[in-house]
Amino acid sequence: MNNYNPSDGLMKPDRPVGIVGYGAYVPRYRIRGEEISRMWTGGTGGSPVKEKAVNGLDEDVITMSIEAARNTMLRAQINPQEIRAVWVGSESHPYAVKPTSTTVAEAIGAVPNTQAADWEFACKAGTEAMQAAIAFVGSGMARYALSIGMDTAQGRPGDALEYTAAAGGAATLIGPADESVAIINGSYSFVTDTPDFWRRAHEDYPSHGDRFTGEPAYFKHVMGASEMLMNAIGRTAADYDWAVFHQPNAKFPQRAAKSLGFTPEKIAPGLLSPRIGNTYSGSTMIGLTAILDIAKPGDRILMVSYGSGAGSDAFDLQVTEKLPEVRGRAISTEGYIARRTEIDYATYTRYRDKLKL
Amino acid sequence: MDVSIIGVGQTEVKEMWETSIRHLSWYAIEAALDDAHVSKVDALFVGNMLAGELSQQNHLGALVADFAGMRGIEAVTVEAADASGGAALRQAVLAVKSGMVKTALAVGVEKMTDQTGASVTRALATGLDTDYEMMQGLTTAGMGALIMRRYMYEHGVELADFAGFSVNAHANGADNPLAMFRNRLRAESFISAPLVADPVSLFDMAPLADGAAAVIVTSKERAMDMVPQPVEIVGSAIATDAFALHDRRDLLWLKAAELSAQKAMAQAGVVHDDIDLFELHDSFTIMAALSLEATGFAERGKGWQMARDGEIARNGRLPISTFGGLKARGNPGGATGMYQIVEVVRQLRGQAGACQIADAKIGMAQNIGGSGGTAVTHILQIRD
Amino acid sequence: MEVSRHWRLQKQRYELVGETCDSCGVKLFPPRDVCLECEAPAQELYTFTGLGEVFSYTTIYDAPAGFEHNAPYQVALIKLEEGPIVTAQLTDMALDEAYIGMPVEMVTRKLRTDGEEGMIVYGYKFRPICFEPVVN
Repeated sequence: MNNYNPSDGLMKPDRPVGIVGYGAYVPRYRIRGEEISRMWTGGTGGSPVKEKAVNGLDEDVITMSIEAARNTMLRAQINPQEIRAVWVGSESHPYAVKPTSTTVAEAIGAVPNTQAADWEFACKAGTEAMQAAIAFVGSGMARYALSIGMDTAQGRPGDALEYTAAAGGAATLIGPADESVAIINGSYSFVTDTPDFWRRAHEDYPSHGDRFTGEPAYFKHVMGASEMLMNAIGRTAADYDWAVFHQPNAKFPQRAAKSLGFTPEKIAPGLLSPRIGNTYSGSTMIGLTAILDIAKPGDRILMVSYGSGAGSDAFDLQVTEKLPEVRGRAISTEGYIARRTEIDYATYTRYRDKLKL
Repeated sequence: MDVSIIGVGQTEVKEMWETSIRHLSWYAIEAALDDAHVSKVDALFVGNMLAGELSQQNHLGALVADFAGMRGIEAVTVEAADASGGAALRQAVLAVKSGMVKTALAVGVEKMTDQTGASVTRALATGLDTDYEMMQGLTTAGMGALIMRRYMYEHGVELADFAGFSVNAHANGADNPLAMFRNRLRAESFISAPLVADPVSLFDMAPLADGAAAVIVTSKERAMDMVPQPVEIVGSAIATDAFALHDRRDLLWLKAAELSAQKAMAQAGVVHDDIDLFELHDSFTIMAALSLEATGFAERGKGWQMARDGEIARNGRLPISTFGGLKARGNPGGATGMYQIVEVVRQLRGQAGACQIADAKIGMAQNIGGSGGTAVTHILQIRD
Repeated sequence: MEVSRHWRLQKQRYELVGETCDSCGVKLFPPRDVCLECEAPAQELYTFTGLGEVFSYTTIYDAPAGFEHNAPYQVALIKLEEGPIVTAQLTDMALDEAYIGMPVEMVTRKLRTDGEEGMIVYGYKFRPICFEPVVN
């Protein structure tokens, strides 16, 4: 089984690359875990998160990706015509067939000389697209590539996932290291066939393996990817100033961080799930944006995503001198989280299109 | 102008589920032919706004001519949103005035009830800019509301200040047996009515319904030999303005209404004091106020005061909506402008029954299309 | 199905691309090719900043077909900072929040969905400004 070779597994491009711009998006509506619990357990069930973000009636992964992309472009201040890839990872693309990415590319003025595609790998579709962007830029095929992780996640009414399945995400523009706010030193992917969560075609809601989603799924892959990357790159938890892990709830990433040796302070800024829920493809990436909003030049960051089915992508990043000058050009992730309107369960069912009209 | 009206006809304004668009047209035409004591005309102009949208029926000129037993004559449809009726009469006037047509029939017809609810709301909004207004979810009521809100803001006017228009319309409609609403309205009910598009409420907005009205015109000379009370069209003008609300230079000014009224009054050689009644386009109370201002009966920002001060009542300085107006008689879209003409004719002939304005000799009608993109003004006069 | 009609308007709908008049300098939205002010040809493209203020507004309770699912919603006239007024929905705000003069910014949102099978039309709406950039 465990015959992975770290020296082969590390993914590092020939040409150094990094994040040139980044941007988040969180819709303004929130439903509290207590409110969902009131509906299904008489308020006795507790909730894995305090509240979660819900998209409005006129929002979907396309509109939310456009806003995150625009925030990214505000920070990057580059000509959108120099972008060679617009990639959107999500498990809630508005169309089954018709790219989300082309609309996003059109809206930011990146068409027509660009690649565009939609990615899907449960919650790690966005970080996968980041790895592809690293390769695209690192190979010299592109100067810039835009990768977005965004979701309006689905949870069956009454199911455990309903407490956490949330809306939000983030975008990163990958480009040359010398223009970057954070250099990407390398990444690593850890993938097995582990059926912990899935959604069949034409189904409205996903199914999951309940407690099977823990040890053999989330923890094995997140821990595996984290350890492999740190080994390959020759670092330990102590070398990092910040870490962010995929956040299906509040507990899992904290437990993973602790096992790996990260103090609670190091994951605190990126741990957003208690306040916005699990934004699926957006979860890890939006955690990273919250860290970039406060990190100092020289800081090291470990980012590890998780996607059911299953796999983890791990990234080693280092903040540059450019970060402080660009982050104020667009709204911060905390700024979006502070923009909050609480809704009740009835409004939530309407906004999430759960009412049959 | 040398063109006179020799016959008018109209149907009731209401939901007529049993009646098709061709029957509606025929009932009004039949009444007008009877009124004029003629059996045929040389040209037919059909004013209609929504048959294509609501009844999937275009080509009304030939359809109505055929159904009315007039196969062979010249017949076309005239469309200018809810100013279609007034615009159709204008074409009839031009035809007769040109000398190429001896007798022309203009009929305004609208069949609103072939569809209901949101489909009708959507169809009406096609009179707005589909790409840049309707696709943003704007409706005609929303259009009225955007103007009204700004008017209230700029002129320091309250919602209650508009009540007088609806109260007056209902008071007059109560005496019109053909009106859709014959109930009186209290000012207190006006301000608490259910909202359609804030601040426009159900009691602010004219109700939509089926209806048809017809007018027969011929030369002034022929008219004098044909009927005892010909009514001369002494002014007839159409003007246009910015199509979309957002492109207007002044949101609170109906430029097309001003231009067409000025032209029509110049043709007629009349001043404001000469005009005994004014059938205006009160699709919303704000449109009534703006029409009074644009036509010069009130100063800018003060049109609403004419309602407050009772000047628009049947015994006031300038009676308006004398048979109930769009608000109480009802608003049959592209037929509305023709109802206005029929009503002015009845006033001038002294045939207005309980709605009669004493000694009415000169009357004006103004029909507005869309948010004000088209305005048609006619001035009618009866000679002793 | 009005696919080409909506596709044709994407530049305007997604990015507020209008025109500027060479002769008098007036900015135009929607684009109209002939200047509203001086009637000279105006075909040079101009992308608006998307910042403006509410000039008037209404809440639509009686929605037209295609918009029923969103009712009640607000439509406003927005005076863009470059001058023109645009008709657009307000979003991300409660129905009692709007006022004349309210500063707003453009966002891209779903305008309408043609049923379960049809296309989704995206375009501009406006919301209260939620961010002022920090210049270092």
